[in-house]
Amino acid sequence: MSSRLQISLVAGILIALGLGLALYKKIELGFPLLPGQRQVVWTLESKISFIPAGGPIEISLALPSSQAGWVVLDDHFASSGFGFTVMASNGDRHAQWTRQSLDRSTTLYYKLQIYRADNVGLGGGPVPDIEPPELTTDRQAAMERVVASLQERSSGSVSFTALLLQQLVQEQMDQDAAFLFGNREESKLAVVMDVLAFAGIPSQRVRGVFLEDGRRRQQINSLVEVFDGKHWTIFDPTTGQPGLPENFFVWRRGGTSVLDVVGGLSSQLEFAIVKNTLPIKTVLFMEQQVGEQPLLDFSIYSLPVEHQGVFKGLLLIPVGALVVVLLRVLIGIRTSGTFMPILIALAFIQATLLTGLIIFLAVVGAGLWIRSYLSHLNLLLVARITAVVIVVILLMAALSIVSYKFGFNQALTVTFLPTIILAWTIERMSILWEEEGGHEVLIQGGGSLLAAVLAYLLMSTALVEHLSFNFPELMISLLGVVLLIGKYTGYRLTELYRFRDLSRPDK
Amino acid sequence: MKWISPRELREQGVLGMNSRNVDYIGRSNDRSRYPLVDNKLKTKQMALEHGMPVPVLFGVVRTQHAVQALEQMLEGLEKFVIKPVQGSGGKGILVITQRRGDDFVKSTGAVLNLREVKRHTSNILSGLYSLGGRPDVAMIEDMIEFDQMLSNYSHEGVPDIRVIVYHGFPVMAMLRCSTHASDGKANLHQGAVGVGVDIVSGHSLYAIQHNKKVEQHPDTGFRFDELVLPHWDEVLHLAAGCYGMTGLGYFGADIVLDRDSGPVILELNARPGLAIQIANQVGLRKRLQMIDDLRPIERDVDERVSLAKQMFGVTMV
Repeated sequence: MSSRLQISLVAGILIALGLGLALYKKIELGFPLLPGQRQVVWTLESKISFIPAGGPIEISLALPSSQAGWVVLDDHFASSGFGFTVMASNGDRHAQWTRQSLDRSTTLYYKLQIYRADNVGLGGGPVPDIEPPELTTDRQAAMERVVASLQERSSGSVSFTALLLQQLVQEQMDQDAAFLFGNREESKLAVVMDVLAFAGIPSQRVRGVFLEDGRRRQQINSLVEVFDGKHWTIFDPTTGQPGLPENFFVWRRGGTSVLDVVGGLSSQLEFAIVKNTLPIKTVLFMEQQVGEQPLLDFSIYSLPVEHQGVFKGLLLIPVGALVVVLLRVLIGIRTSGTFMPILIALAFIQATLLTGLIIFLAVVGAGLWIRSYLSHLNLLLVARITAVVIVVILLMAALSIVSYKFGFNQALTVTFLPTIILAWTIERMSILWEEEGGHEVLIQGGGSLLAAVLAYLLMSTALVEHLSFNFPELMISLLGVVLLIGKYTGYRLTELYRFRDLSRPDK
Repeated sequence: MKWISPRELREQGVLGMNSRNVDYIGRSNDRSRYPLVDNKLKTKQMALEHGMPVPVLFGVVRTQHAVQALEQMLEGLEKFVIKPVQGSGGKGILVITQRRGDDFVKSTGAVLNLREVKRHTSNILSGLYSLGGRPDVAMIEDMIEFDQMLSNYSHEGVPDIRVIVYHGFPVMAMLRCSTHASDGKANLHQGAVGVGVDIVSGHSLYAIQHNKKVEQHPDTGFRFDELVLPHWDEVLHLAAGCYGMTGLGYFGADIVLDRDSGPVILELNARPGLAIQIANQVGLRKRLQMIDDLRPIERDVDERVSLAKQMFGVTMV
């Protein structure tokens, strides 16, 4: 009995500790317990990397200001060994890192959290002077003809730009335009700006970042903005569509480049992006609290963004594991392995449930069939598993390509299903098939899938996501609960059916 | 579909899977001793050291290379069994009942040539039949010629007697009869028939297939209620004796009755299944608790068997 008492005690302490910490965060720090109304908060981590050229180094990064409804919640610089200042001149803020000398390539970080409070446009702004491009004679001639042809077909500067970009996007250019844009030394966007300037249309670049969750090496992008005399109109040069794309974070409107590196080579600016759906209350709360509360300083929010993204997934694993433990110990459902269902559930989160299920069944089914052939060949175990892995990857590639050709982009998410999990599933299921027969494969495979689906449904709930990410200390309580379950010696639900023959109604 | 309430299960003293794992296997079985029972070769060697009867070992094939020398190893053997050392559920067991020229005749009557026997052995080594596909070792041992009386109750396989032994006391027993549905294997979840056996007399109590009552063997048609196991006392002594040699507090002993040499140990199982309760129509828990009350005093095998008979006769429970 003493081990039971010990477990109860330890579990009780763990549960109380986790709940206590969560309650402290709720009551003392005002963390919202329920997700409530939610707000998408993006965390951008900018990485400036360069190779020093010798001599003093000066790096200047234009900092974003709140524009088009975007609000910068919090920003944070990392500048080890550099002199650092933030300079403001006529409304523009620049971060400046300086250093006398440096002998190895270095990365500087700038992290910021942003959200879009209002979905408004950029509004008015100062109109820059037009600087006509300097062109060689042959380009000058081509430019004149291109501009003339566009002006002939357009009614104003907006339709002029739309037409120009449309040509560029659809790649239906006449000879002159092809000649202009064919120059490999200049980016197409630079040529667009030249054409606009040549046509006398005031224009500027709007630099910013396309926000996509989980991107690691996103580059800065430029949109084109033209002034028609009264209003600014913005165009996305990659699509030719007017209007500010919803997921485009405006970093800098007009002006020169975002990053200037003096004394360094191959400088690069890259962004790692993570999307968090946070309750507005949390968002506002974080604005005030970060850096002031020691507990928050040790929270997951203090990690680099890339790792926060990883943790977002990791923190859900215990929830999935709890589902599997409950199903196995209390219900008595047989799954093949403890972690396989969780990993399948994680894959479902990436690929969405229905596509994930279909792809999973298709790949495992086909894999089982091929594996049964391999077993006839009588191979050594390691070779057999390796063969299955290769076949699985081929299947995944084939599925992606075929479905893409048929226009089902979702099938591309097949890559989210971990190859090793698929291969192991196939291997385990086929051994099971040989040893226990297809019936057992159906029971265990079905059990695993059921567990995976239930774990997925729980893990993708807004509340669970919110709690696991904002109150990771609840995991301590979860640990306590699992310890208690580990001491459960009562009957499983399935045993009530299994032992039904023992019931004696007469007695 | 009829279900049983947890209350009734508790009243019947039925042991559930969770309780078996935590209260009995987890508490009574030292993990370090599992290899002794999971590995049939080690079980056999240990049994021989303790003077327990086991099927005679003819040879062991450990490497793929050694498979080539199988012919010499089988020379002069008229009947034999090739089985995986770490196999489970009776898989991968090749039973050869006689030689015909250069060929081998299986228990089912099928004829194999030497190459096919070698391939089967090679499959065993590469782990085709072991748990999780681990590389394995093949052992060649004498074929059991089971008691004529038992052959009435078995189809294409060896009927074995499973005795649950708790701290040296035989607490419950059943005869496991292979059927056509179980493909000659004696595993209940594969469709073998389990016959509950009275600890006192070796007389059959109840029979189940797929957790449901059956009256007669589905293939041979013999009625189970006329079944009385011969050599019953020896079986109990043998099972109880395994306790001293394994040091496991809770295990199942699988015993077969050889026509000539009587009961022999086939294998031991550290995680015996729970279906034996259905075959006996009795829960295990009360019996296990009765043993727990007796445990403080050390007793020898004879005492343990006679105490078990006093306590667990059908009329008593």
